[in-house]
Amino acid sequence: MARTVWDSSVGKKTVMAVSGLIMLLYLVVHMIGNLKIFFGPGEFNDYAHWLRTIGEPFMHYEWTLWLIRVVLVAAVVAHATSAYQLSRRDIKARPSKYVHKKPRADYATRTMRWGGIILGLFIVWHILDLTTGTVHPGGFQEGHPYQNVVDTFSTWYGNVVYIVAMLALGLHIQHGFWSAAQTLGAGSRTRDRALKTTANVLALLLTVGFLAVPVGVMTGVVS
Amino acid sequence: MTYTDYETGEPVLDTKAPSGPVNERWDKRRFEAKLVNPANRRKHTVIVVGTGLAGGAAGATLAEQGYHVVQFCYQDSPRRAHSIAAQGGINAAKNYRNDGDSVHRLFYDTVKGGDFRARESNVHRLAQISVEIIDQCVAQGVPFAREYGGLLDTRSFGGVQVSRTFYARGQTGQQLLLGAYQALSRQIAAGNVEMHPRTEMLDLIVIDGRARGIVARDLITGRIDTYFADAVVLASGGYGNVFYLSTNAMNSNATAIWRAHRRGAYFANPCFTQIHPTCIPRTGDHQSKLTLMSESLRNDGRIWVPKAKGDTRPASRIPEDERDYYLERIYPSFGNLVPRDIASRAAKNVCDEGRGVGPGGQGVYLDFADAIQRMGRGAVEAKYGNLFDMYQRITDEDPYEVPMRIYPAVHYTMGGLWVDYDLQTTVPGLFAIGEANFSDHGANRLGASALMQGLADGYFVLPATINDYLARNPHQESATAGHPAVQEVLAETEDRLNLLLSVDGDRTPDSFHREVGELMWEFCGMARTDAGLRKALERIPQIREEFWRRIKVPGTGEEFNQSLEKANRIVDYLELAELMCLDALHRSESCGGHFREESQTPDGEAARRDDEFTYAAAWEFTGTGRAPALHKEDLVFEYVHPTQRSYA
Amino acid sequence: MKLTLRVWRQQNADAEGAMSTYEVDGISSDMSFLEMLDTLNEELILKGEDPVAFDHDCREGICGACSLVINGDAHGPERTTTCQLHMRSFKDGDTIDIEPWRASAFPVIKDLVVDRTAFDRIIQAGGYITAPTGAAPEAHATPVPKPDADFAFEHAECIGCGACVAACPNGAAMLFTSAKINHLNVLPQGAPERETRVLDMVAQMDDEGFGGCTLTGECATACPKGIPLVSITSMNKEWLRATRKVARR
Repeated sequence: MARTVWDSSVGKKTVMAVSGLIMLLYLVVHMIGNLKIFFGPGEFNDYAHWLRTIGEPFMHYEWTLWLIRVVLVAAVVAHATSAYQLSRRDIKARPSKYVHKKPRADYATRTMRWGGIILGLFIVWHILDLTTGTVHPGGFQEGHPYQNVVDTFSTWYGNVVYIVAMLALGLHIQHGFWSAAQTLGAGSRTRDRALKTTANVLALLLTVGFLAVPVGVMTGVVS
Repeated sequence: MTYTDYETGEPVLDTKAPSGPVNERWDKRRFEAKLVNPANRRKHTVIVVGTGLAGGAAGATLAEQGYHVVQFCYQDSPRRAHSIAAQGGINAAKNYRNDGDSVHRLFYDTVKGGDFRARESNVHRLAQISVEIIDQCVAQGVPFAREYGGLLDTRSFGGVQVSRTFYARGQTGQQLLLGAYQALSRQIAAGNVEMHPRTEMLDLIVIDGRARGIVARDLITGRIDTYFADAVVLASGGYGNVFYLSTNAMNSNATAIWRAHRRGAYFANPCFTQIHPTCIPRTGDHQSKLTLMSESLRNDGRIWVPKAKGDTRPASRIPEDERDYYLERIYPSFGNLVPRDIASRAAKNVCDEGRGVGPGGQGVYLDFADAIQRMGRGAVEAKYGNLFDMYQRITDEDPYEVPMRIYPAVHYTMGGLWVDYDLQTTVPGLFAIGEANFSDHGANRLGASALMQGLADGYFVLPATINDYLARNPHQESATAGHPAVQEVLAETEDRLNLLLSVDGDRTPDSFHREVGELMWEFCGMARTDAGLRKALERIPQIREEFWRRIKVPGTGEEFNQSLEKANRIVDYLELAELMCLDALHRSESCGGHFREESQTPDGEAARRDDEFTYAAAWEFTGTGRAPALHKEDLVFEYVHPTQRSYA
Repeated sequence: MKLTLRVWRQQNADAEGAMSTYEVDGISSDMSFLEMLDTLNEELILKGEDPVAFDHDCREGICGACSLVINGDAHGPERTTTCQLHMRSFKDGDTIDIEPWRASAFPVIKDLVVDRTAFDRIIQAGGYITAPTGAAPEAHATPVPKPDADFAFEHAECIGCGACVAACPNGAAMLFTSAKINHLNVLPQGAPERETRVLDMVAQMDDEGFGGCTLTGECATACPKGIPLVSITSMNKEWLRATRKVARR
């Protein structure tokens, strides 16, 4: 069955849909966690610490977090690989363009591929910045995420990168969520409106929720 | 000897139709027919030309039986044959409505509708098989209209008093054709059918008196090839495109049947053409084809023209008392619902009087104002919405506001290659099915009967009768390309195409097609006269001569060349047109779609002359421009006794 | 009307193609688009030039042969087939770009004519119900609920023209393939082959080199018969169901 799925264009789309939904679920949780920053360093840092202790005493320190990380990496890899292979296939299927060009589809649909690449690069930067601290501006302090976040959004480029990425994320989810529903066969004529609305609401909530943090830092609400 | 000095040859005596009670003949014939051992069938190759309802059904069924089928169509896919354009429905004597229908009634209606010029045995078989067709198509997944209970819906069609027409909205032909196409596709995938799309038959190969193959041109590469088989089946459709403007597809053509005729197959009743009354009129000289609208429109629309000649006022400004509802006036009891041929002829008459409407005065009004007032716009929309939309798209006029304009157009040809009860032509091993043969509709075809006949021939009749021929003519050493007869046909074909390419004249193929088409429409169309037909017969050889002097075909034969395809088809139209006129001239009676002005009743109706013309006229080719020989097949009516139609 | 036409000309499959410019005059707004091209071709023949090759047959919007991309739209600006498009959709002095369907699975044969046999092979892979002639049960033996019959019909309306592929930025044949699968899979007669049909047809579609679906919706917008985009969703659902079922066997 795995072979059938992976060999088929419809199957690869299914892989994309499922991995996308896993990431989407994670993002919702992540976004809610982020908002704790508005309640001060104490609550935010405690929350970050709690993430490492989920499942204790059954799980050892950080086991659950690592499990989540593994699932997420698998989702990202599956999503990106399918996307890459499907895109290659799509480009090959339509090698010559029409001479008479017309703007096609809506913006969110047309930017799925570039948006995906932007998000991929963003994830790498985001991890190097706030997880490992490799490219963190100023001194990265393990165990003090509040300060780390404030540091990042105190630089102009930190804000720019983050804001661009979050706008791309919004667009990606807007088409991606609805698209995943179609791929998994959940769409129907009667449900189409509801699905599109859900996609729009999700995209908007996540974008606004994530952007609240840099905006908070910039306006001095978070400092 | 001029073309009109034809000789009457031996009558056709043996139609192979069994004797005995009419309802037992098909069983009897099937039982008497020899069978081919299933294990041997794959050694037999059958060529099928065309993939419409008849050809598609035959190809699929023969392949299912185990024969090796080699099939051809000029279209890029077997799914596009013109059967796809049939709108109305398909008749079957299922009697699901319990309204008194029966096989015998369908048989009776068809013989009578054909104005007593069809073979009773064949028509009865058609009516018997009609019920099996519906079963077959439903099993294939044809999405016929259904009622809320999940059972099949039917409607009454074409003035018939029972509700026996099965339909799939206005696309019955499409759905039936796709069913046959899918069955054929299954056999292609299984390797039992070798399909050649974009390949056009250009001639028939006859060796030792038997059809053994065809010459065909690959329309992409231009390559001319020979294909051999144990039997050849022509399912290439009708020849309505002789008229240039018709409801046929642009590329529908007569080449396959005409070339077969030239190789010895008799051509029967070529003058029997059906002219459909409710088509959208032409808009100008650029017109390339005509579009039909379902005749169901006549159920609620009222047909009229202005009383005064040359009245150019818009319809809305012509007051009620200056309108002539001529069908209601002349045929008070049937009114707008008179049969197709009568409605068509009446429209022609009022236009000839100078009372036609629209551009060129070639149209009559079909007015829904009363219907809209009586039923309300909503009800009219529900009933005819899709037709109104189609009309508006083509004409840019809103039929809810202004009356539709309609005019008759060539629609179907009842004539075709003469076939016996087995659907075999006079060339042994050559079969003709569907509209390509002449068999079942006599002088006039009833609505929703073309689909029935095409599928009956393809699914059931031919696959049963061709066994007999193949069994009696056991597989011989394959005819080889080296046989002198093959080389001769091949060379003739190549020469013809080369000649077309080399004339390099100053007229396009279309200009000749249009010229002969207009001539035929005028003199061999809705009403025919001795003088007119003679005029056409004088003119056609002149056009032919001019054609070979002035035709211009660009490009070469070794490439995709649509002008060459067209020009080559016109070569055959220019000969077939002549035979149609001769047949119309010799049949000095009126019957069905053939109306001779000399033969009408005092009130202007078609008058048959049964004592002289109760026969099918089968013509034998003797050479281009030379008088053909007439062979008569006498028609015997044991069950349905000829009566004169009256609709007044 | 006087028009400038820019038409894709390509001698054969192997030749390079390019746009050529032609002027046509005396075009009536009542002409169909193909009749306008007929007019151009008549002039070209008389001038001794090669007429423009294009596919067409029934000219009443049902055979699916005609296939032109007009000003970047498959079948032109109206939602109909090219043959049912009329010149009143254009105005005097317009420049009209005419191109063939573009997809690697639809190679150009000549000018505006493309090879669509890939569609036939998709049907051959499973777009049928196995019902050999003569083996059919009585038609009323299996009633079909009207909503199912209507659903089947809506999808069976596909004319196989390929506009969906031409309009899709990925050259995908999902709408075409889904239309046939949905037509047959909803019917009780189609049930025995329900799983193999969708799996085999989708596999064939992939093998032909069509692209995948990114749900841009261009196909459904271009479809002259109004096959809805959700048809693809239903096919995906059928495919997933079949994959699960076959895995369990």
